[in-house]
Amino acid sequence: MGIFRMTKTVLRNLAGGPATRQYPAVPARRCPLTRGHVAIDPATCRSCGLCSRRCPCEAIRLDKEEKVWEIDRMRCIACGDCVEGCPFGSLTMEQDYFSPVTEHVVERYTITYVKPEKPAKKPAEEGAKEEGVGESA
Amino acid sequence: MTVNEEQTTISVALDDLVREVETLRTDGYRLVQIGCTDTGGAYEINYSFDKGYQYRNLRLTVGPETEVPSVSGVYWGAFVYENEMHDLFGIPVAGINIDFKGTFIRTAEKYPFSVTRSGGDRCRNA
Amino acid sequence: MPERIVVPFGPQHPVLPEPIHLDLVLEDERVVDVVPSIGYIHRGLERLIEKREFTEYVYVAERICGICSFMHALCYSQGIEHIMGIEVPDRAKYLRTIWSECSRLHSHLLWLGLFADGMGFENLFMRSWQLRESVLDTLEDTTGGRVIQGTCKVGGVRRDIGQEKLDEMHRALDPFEEQCRDLGDIFLNDETVKYRLQGLGVISKDDAYALGAVGPTARASGVPIDHRETGYAAYGDLNFKPIVETAGDCYARCVVRVKEIYASIDLIRQAVSEMPEGPLDVKVKGTPDGEYFSRVEQPRGEVIHYLRGNGTKHLTRARIRTPTLANIPPLVKMLPGAQLADVPVVVLSIDPCISCTER
Repeated sequence: MGIFRMTKTVLRNLAGGPATRQYPAVPARRCPLTRGHVAIDPATCRSCGLCSRRCPCEAIRLDKEEKVWEIDRMRCIACGDCVEGCPFGSLTMEQDYFSPVTEHVVERYTITYVKPEKPAKKPAEEGAKEEGVGESA
Repeated sequence: MTVNEEQTTISVALDDLVREVETLRTDGYRLVQIGCTDTGGAYEINYSFDKGYQYRNLRLTVGPETEVPSVSGVYWGAFVYENEMHDLFGIPVAGINIDFKGTFIRTAEKYPFSVTRSGGDRCRNA
Repeated sequence: MPERIVVPFGPQHPVLPEPIHLDLVLEDERVVDVVPSIGYIHRGLERLIEKREFTEYVYVAERICGICSFMHALCYSQGIEHIMGIEVPDRAKYLRTIWSECSRLHSHLLWLGLFADGMGFENLFMRSWQLRESVLDTLEDTTGGRVIQGTCKVGGVRRDIGQEKLDEMHRALDPFEEQCRDLGDIFLNDETVKYRLQGLGVISKDDAYALGAVGPTARASGVPIDHRETGYAAYGDLNFKPIVETAGDCYARCVVRVKEIYASIDLIRQAVSEMPEGPLDVKVKGTPDGEYFSRVEQPRGEVIHYLRGNGTKHLTRARIRTPTLANIPPLVKMLPGAQLADVPVVVLSIDPCISCTER
């Protein structure tokens, strides 16, 4: 009959149960590529400033003397340009979205990278120069 | 399948505009868009037509206060573009079939895209 | 002489996905005249070229609209590539085609749901959006974003789809097509849907051409324009024909979109099986100097990006004319003669995407 074409779908839906998830009680569906928010590993950042230059929204600010890396979460669009551009791999794209906040959020991270001391240039001397490697910051 | 697409641009004078548009209409072209560019002191208005994916442009250059005749007598649907041109750039267009008189696009600032009128202010925030 | 009243329709209305205002002049429940008015979400995106360099403007172009977002980025990138003379590698063209057709699928399924909701058939609305979820899941698995993809850039694409994912997509297309055909069967053959839609909002072939209608609005009246025939991206190598109906009423527009869903699934199947190997992008050197009109077939019609550069990193003009702006004059001609209760159905049948219209 021409008017009951929906019946098959309706019965299948009734038998199948709900198709939606009770988010936020149940976590949302994520996949490995999901662009949620940007995270930094401060111990590997060498303050080159490439992420700050590549960001299309000017959300990242880097202060080299003060060793501070700031990201303005409300400007960040999670495009992933900074993650692709970082030559040292200190930025990663996490899969969870940033939860809603009630005031303007600018996150600051102190960069804890320490440049390792260069080993002595004379290869003939064996173990003579032992400058303490890797002092704590 | 690939169709070879060509784009040609012809400059036209203000008085010949309606006549050229009528010739294109009888040729079977359809109106694609009317766009406006602000080039420092003058406005460049592009009338674009298309037939079988071959693209034709008529380009008209006018000063800030020159009145442009409307082509809505030839193409009825041109009123959308002409009202938008007037509301965003402030170009006076005479004789539009449905003339909104400035209320088509309601913006907080009059003629927002026209750098010439507002004295060259660039975008204020990033 | 019956009395005329003016009823304002929109900008807030339950069936409208986006705000447009129409002043309807009614004589006893029949519409005799319409005056449209837009401007509720004008964001002035065309002036952002002054602040964003031409490589960064892709992100702005993507965010003009949420439904047709990939194709705006594609049109912009193609325009810049043409001005600068950059040739995009083949694998990037095929990937762009796959994502474009996924965009078209999800847009048409969204529209079918909204259309069913406008008619009052809510069960069908929910079912269409349930099918749309599988397309969005595919988009998220391959690009990272459900709505804003962020993969098209000037010079190519940013991300690849691995071979296992391509095989998985190929396998999933057949059951998906069967579910879409079941859905399309309801739209095309159900008596209540036909009774509601046939003969409503008729526009003839000459009117559609003269008023500048584009996309399914024009193809449903018999005007065979489909920009995929010009062969941008990988469409030159794929096999397809534009879908044209002749009745020109709301039912014909619905039929065109349902058949386009089947055609898109077929195009994705072809592109996935014929994907060539190769690099994903080309390094972009220099700045654009020149102008070009770049045209792409979005789900709603033909979109034009007019780009002009003068050799600096910032463009001097980006003019975006979206298909809904060109479809407003046909809407004004279609509405007189309809009953007041049918106005939402007619307005939805041109698929209004007002955020595109007003950038």
